[in-house]
Amino acid sequence: MSAENVNAGQPQHFINDPADESTPWVLPSPRRVGIICLILTETALFSIFVVAYLFYIGRSLNGPFPADVLHLPVFASVCLIGSSFTIMAAEFALKKANHALFNLWWGITMLLGIIFIVYTGLEWHELIYEKNLTIRTNVFGSTFYSLVGLHASHVIVGLFLLGSVLVSSFRGKLHHDHHEHVEVISWYWHFVDAVWIVVLGVVYILSVHMDAPLMP
Amino acid sequence: MNPHAPGANPAADIDLQPVAPGSERGSLVALIQDLVFTVDHKKLGLMYFGSGLLFFVVAGIMAALMRYQLAIPNHGFLEPDVFNRLFTMHGTAMVFLVGMPMIFAFANYLIPLMIGARDMAFPRLNAFGFWIFLFSGILLFFSYIAGPGLYDAGSAPDVGWFAYSPLTARAFSRGHSTDYWTISILLGGIGSIATSINILVTIFCYRCKGMTLGRMPLLVWLYIVVAFLVVIALPPLSACQIMLLLDRFLDAKFFDTQAGGDAVLWQHFFWIFGHPEVYILILPGFAIASEVIPVFSRKPIFGYPVMVAASVMIAFISLGVWAHHMFAVGMTSFGNTFFAISTFLVAIPTGIKIFNWLGTMYGGKIRLRPPMLFCIAFLFQFLIAGLTGVMLAVAPFNWQLTDSYFVVAHFHYVLIGGLLFTIFAGVYYWYPKCTGRMLDEKLGLWHFWLFTIGFHLTFFPQHIAGFLGMPRRYYTYDAGRGWDEWNLISSIGVVIQAAGILFFVYNLLHSYFKGAKAGDDPWDAWTLEWATTSPPAEYNFEKPQVVRSRRPLWDLKHPDDPDWKYE
Repeated sequence: MSAENVNAGQPQHFINDPADESTPWVLPSPRRVGIICLILTETALFSIFVVAYLFYIGRSLNGPFPADVLHLPVFASVCLIGSSFTIMAAEFALKKANHALFNLWWGITMLLGIIFIVYTGLEWHELIYEKNLTIRTNVFGSTFYSLVGLHASHVIVGLFLLGSVLVSSFRGKLHHDHHEHVEVISWYWHFVDAVWIVVLGVVYILSVHMDAPLMP
Repeated sequence: MNPHAPGANPAADIDLQPVAPGSERGSLVALIQDLVFTVDHKKLGLMYFGSGLLFFVVAGIMAALMRYQLAIPNHGFLEPDVFNRLFTMHGTAMVFLVGMPMIFAFANYLIPLMIGARDMAFPRLNAFGFWIFLFSGILLFFSYIAGPGLYDAGSAPDVGWFAYSPLTARAFSRGHSTDYWTISILLGGIGSIATSINILVTIFCYRCKGMTLGRMPLLVWLYIVVAFLVVIALPPLSACQIMLLLDRFLDAKFFDTQAGGDAVLWQHFFWIFGHPEVYILILPGFAIASEVIPVFSRKPIFGYPVMVAASVMIAFISLGVWAHHMFAVGMTSFGNTFFAISTFLVAIPTGIKIFNWLGTMYGGKIRLRPPMLFCIAFLFQFLIAGLTGVMLAVAPFNWQLTDSYFVVAHFHYVLIGGLLFTIFAGVYYWYPKCTGRMLDEKLGLWHFWLFTIGFHLTFFPQHIAGFLGMPRRYYTYDAGRGWDEWNLISSIGVVIQAAGILFFVYNLLHSYFKGAKAGDDPWDAWTLEWATTSPPAEYNFEKPQVVRSRRPLWDLKHPDDPDWKYE
């Protein structure tokens, strides 16, 4: 049945029905919707740990307290937040089909992520072995390690995703029509960065400057 | 020589007739192999249903044991610790191993068919979701064997289905019972989230041509809301399970009150999940009712856009009502007022829905077949459940009746009278589509009447026992407190419910082999799943569907008077 026949004798506003052959039928991309849902559910997960951290500010009965042991991780934060921009540069290069530039920016992104993880490892080592703060020391330790650890584990997952793209790029399997795959991974990476900004504000700035409970 | 004799013509002996997979009922081994390897949404849907039914029977037997213990005062049938395990396992299993798989059973089977898709968006993720759910269920029940651990100090979980802290602390829950509980729920949550993401992507990205959001069947719309709620509300549950695991295994201090931790925080986190969970379970019931009631009233659904808006509103409000489970904890009066008012608000969209279903039935040519009977019973029972819900939202009233049998009666009216009845309606409605055979009508009527009578006999008296002060979770009680006869009636009702379930299960098996052939569209229905064969082939539809209205099959059957002229 042609579109003309279907529309014969119909009022004007039915002519552009989505069911008509002449009307294109466009649906959102499953990858994008999928990653948005994943980010949504991860946001819900992180918010509970953030709330737990906020709730327990100033409730530890014994030290060490945040102000005693935490210092602002300026370099690591610059690396991680900067990697959000380098990954955008890599995406842009892929859209232009410039593979060498893509590999460069993508590699830099990974390197920045690795620097961040190494920094976290060193920080934890110092906290555990020199400052005597473990997950069982006090509620600060429990909430700190669970929140920062949850974030760090997401960075590690992100590094595996980034690495898999770099490997397939080196093997020549990455084409510029894969930009959507890459885009989806970059959205995840941006999300991990955004979570870090929240963690930075809550853990390294807010809790360091507060000693009374935040919530009643 | 007979050319058709065996051996005369070797080529003729080879069966060249192509056989569509799934169209024949093969041997048991082949069936099991098929089920283990499959990623087909229809088979996974049926597997969800089958395992949900199995856990339902097990958890139902647990309930029956508890009712036998409570039938008479000072009954010595069960020890208190056994009773604690039974109500914990009954609650946990009914919510996570019966409710969740049942709603995913309908989602899996129906959504791709209703939107004219080939399968779910991520079929392997779908299979993963099912198998991790089944594993979590087995893990939970395995606690009966492995819960004692090395020091023989535990068994199955006995901390109640919401596992309030500090009951779950190492000091009070020795052995591995709580570990099994928490890991099982953590895993089940991962499966539910995966399946829900799958549902959302399927609905948004795989609708057939012309199936705009406004033309989707209401069931599909409601599952968008359900899947969204799962995606938002399950992670808090996972988060508090992670905290509990850290507390138990790494000696973290989240819920350790002696180290500055807070036991009430567990309650908040659990109910931030727990209340949306109620809507995650009941909205699929609404979804089924919204499909069955129009078809059996011979009228399109009344107020389609309002129904969608009301569902979205329910989901939205449900995220802000959790602490009405905690009025007795001692919150500020601002907290009490806020959560009481937000809970009252839920009654508005729910009322809209009930009136729309009534509006659909009003003036319709109602066919009182089993699916419709269950839906009508659902309307009455859900109304009662909603009214007791509003009563419990009044904070001072709640202080009187918190943790009493009134609460038990209320949520069983929601989950059995609401969800289970619509699941039965859905089974009677879609069984012909899944198997190609009708469920026996006479057995269906026996099932309906026995189960309805048994259900009210069991749970209505519990309202009164609750008013008279009977607390939930007590393993026995003294005679002469006014609770005796109500408990006896309640326990008698269980026998009648069990008889109804026997009829149901027998009907499922009997009709699979002996039921009348159903044909493609036995109910003269209007949604796309009835446009294909019963059971549908693995590819669902022979050719891509095109949809012009909310009732595509009506348009097909009535080309002279199609719906799209009026929508």
